[in-house]
Amino acid sequence: MTSRSVQLSRRQDRRSRSAAAAVDRPRHGWRKTTWIWVFLLPTVVLYGLYTIYPIIASYWYSLVEWNGFDSGQKFVGLSNYREVFADPLFWNSFKVTLLFMLLVVPARVLLTLLMAMILNSPKLPLIGVLRSAFFIPVVTTTAIIGVVMRFVLDPASGPVSSVLAKLGFGGVDFLGDPHLALPAAAVLYIWKFFGVTMIYWLAALQTIPYELYEAARIDGAGTWQLFRHITLPMLKPFLIIITVLTIEETFHNFDLMYTLTAGGPYFHTEIIEIYIYRWAFAAAIPQLGHASAAAVVFGLLVAIVGAVQLWALYTGRRLRGEQR
Amino acid sequence: MTAELTVERSDRQRRILYRLPWWIATLVLVGIALVWIFPFLWMLSASLKDSMEMFSGGLRLWPDKFVWDNYARAWNDAHFGRYLINTVLVTVITVVIVTVRCALAGYVLARYRFRGSKLFLGILVATLFVPTGYTIIPVVKISMQLHLIDSLSGMILALSGGAYVSAILLYFGYFRQIPRELEEAALVDGAGFVRTFFSVMLPLAMPVTATVAVLTFIATWNAFFLPLVFTFSRPDLRTVSVGMQAFVGETATDWSGMAAAGVISIVPVVVLFIFLQRYFVEGISGAVKS
Repeated sequence: MTSRSVQLSRRQDRRSRSAAAAVDRPRHGWRKTTWIWVFLLPTVVLYGLYTIYPIIASYWYSLVEWNGFDSGQKFVGLSNYREVFADPLFWNSFKVTLLFMLLVVPARVLLTLLMAMILNSPKLPLIGVLRSAFFIPVVTTTAIIGVVMRFVLDPASGPVSSVLAKLGFGGVDFLGDPHLALPAAAVLYIWKFFGVTMIYWLAALQTIPYELYEAARIDGAGTWQLFRHITLPMLKPFLIIITVLTIEETFHNFDLMYTLTAGGPYFHTEIIEIYIYRWAFAAAIPQLGHASAAAVVFGLLVAIVGAVQLWALYTGRRLRGEQR
Repeated sequence: MTAELTVERSDRQRRILYRLPWWIATLVLVGIALVWIFPFLWMLSASLKDSMEMFSGGLRLWPDKFVWDNYARAWNDAHFGRYLINTVLVTVITVVIVTVRCALAGYVLARYRFRGSKLFLGILVATLFVPTGYTIIPVVKISMQLHLIDSLSGMILALSGGAYVSAILLYFGYFRQIPRELEEAALVDGAGFVRTFFSVMLPLAMPVTATVAVLTFIATWNAFFLPLVFTFSRPDLRTVSVGMQAFVGETATDWSGMAAAGVISIVPVVVLFIFLQRYFVEGISGAVKS
């Protein structure tokens, strides 16, 4: 047999085999494909209806004049966007959202790293109880915390002000003072969600093999050197991921802000979500087109941070890959 | 003999001395932790004080006399008995729906390549962080069109349809690393697509199921934005978080009743957390590891 005929017969062989497979596969594949989509169906329907569709529909709603859920919609082009961009209160809410992020994110990321490193040392007694204690605020209902804290910080009858009065600092209105309201909310927010970022860091710290520390200690490295030359470089890729995750989480802050201050005093804590809520649900005549335009801008802001996140994830993975 | 004893004693002394800094650190941390959970302790104590003592008592924890009537008022007059039932109902059904749909989707996406699987996954990841404030208007509109607004079933569907991409990704990551042979063995034993999933794969994924269920439970129990908007005209359908907000608006003077209502609403999640915290912590750290 020549080499060519071998090739030919092989090709024929392959063709006949694929033909035999083809007889079997369509039915099998068809059934499988059906099951695959049956399995995906609940997610397609629910997620499609309550997440994907709203994302797309918001764009349409932002282009119409629409005063109330029961009334009709009239196409008005980009005029909602013009109104939103011309509204100083929208820019105010934009500013408050970013300012809140700046107040909260560094504290959350760095303080939790410190606490996680303390709570990661295997020699510490009561470690489980301590971790749980720092985590408990996370699982409690944010809206209820907001309501209760409003009373706790009340200048007239709250317990904090009565203690402050005994110390000689009477009448501090944390949530009513335009300069104090946002920082006060930020402190509460950091307290409430401290545990989440702490768990992120603990997970990151647990990826560092303990042998590395032991080896370095045998070589005579001190605590600071261990931190400087092992912990810090090993955590670097996680720093990006954890920071971006934390930033994304601060966008979901309606519950605390709405129950704590509802945007007050005089819009000083009005984040974008409350701005949208005010135009869509709290106004005498709901301006749903206007609210949707603001929502689309908000969505873009979140998406930009999300894109940075993806980039960070890849960079982080690459950094980790290089170290191995 | 004596030499041995002294050696032993100094050894023990040294060990205590060595442990001392750790115990001091623990003491400091316990102090911080107490400050950390102080708001909850204060709330618990306030729920047992009468209103007078609540105003005058400052940060003191132990009530002069225990006023259990606060709980009766919160339960009956402020309708927290009903709100609690609503919340349990909404939470349990949402947990079941979310866990099932995420397990099914995560399994299929992890184990099979089909037309559109990459796109599907891409859309999920791209919409990982969509905030409720962004989607709320269309969600309300479509719920009105489907006659699902002002009803618990509408709230449940909207809650189970929102987000929870991280749950799908948790299942995805788990099912992905299960070896192929297992599936083939099931196939040889004559199990079809559905049986393979329900009697081989899903039982294997028990830890993930526990994690997803616990995370979803807490997220749904604590949900506020959607339940608020879904119960504007139906106060009897409020969940505890919305009820709390309304309570302060309606009966602004009953602060100790408010504290009791808060305790009623928060205790279930805290108890759940204490018993199942392993799964909860695992779910959260999954975000970093993946």
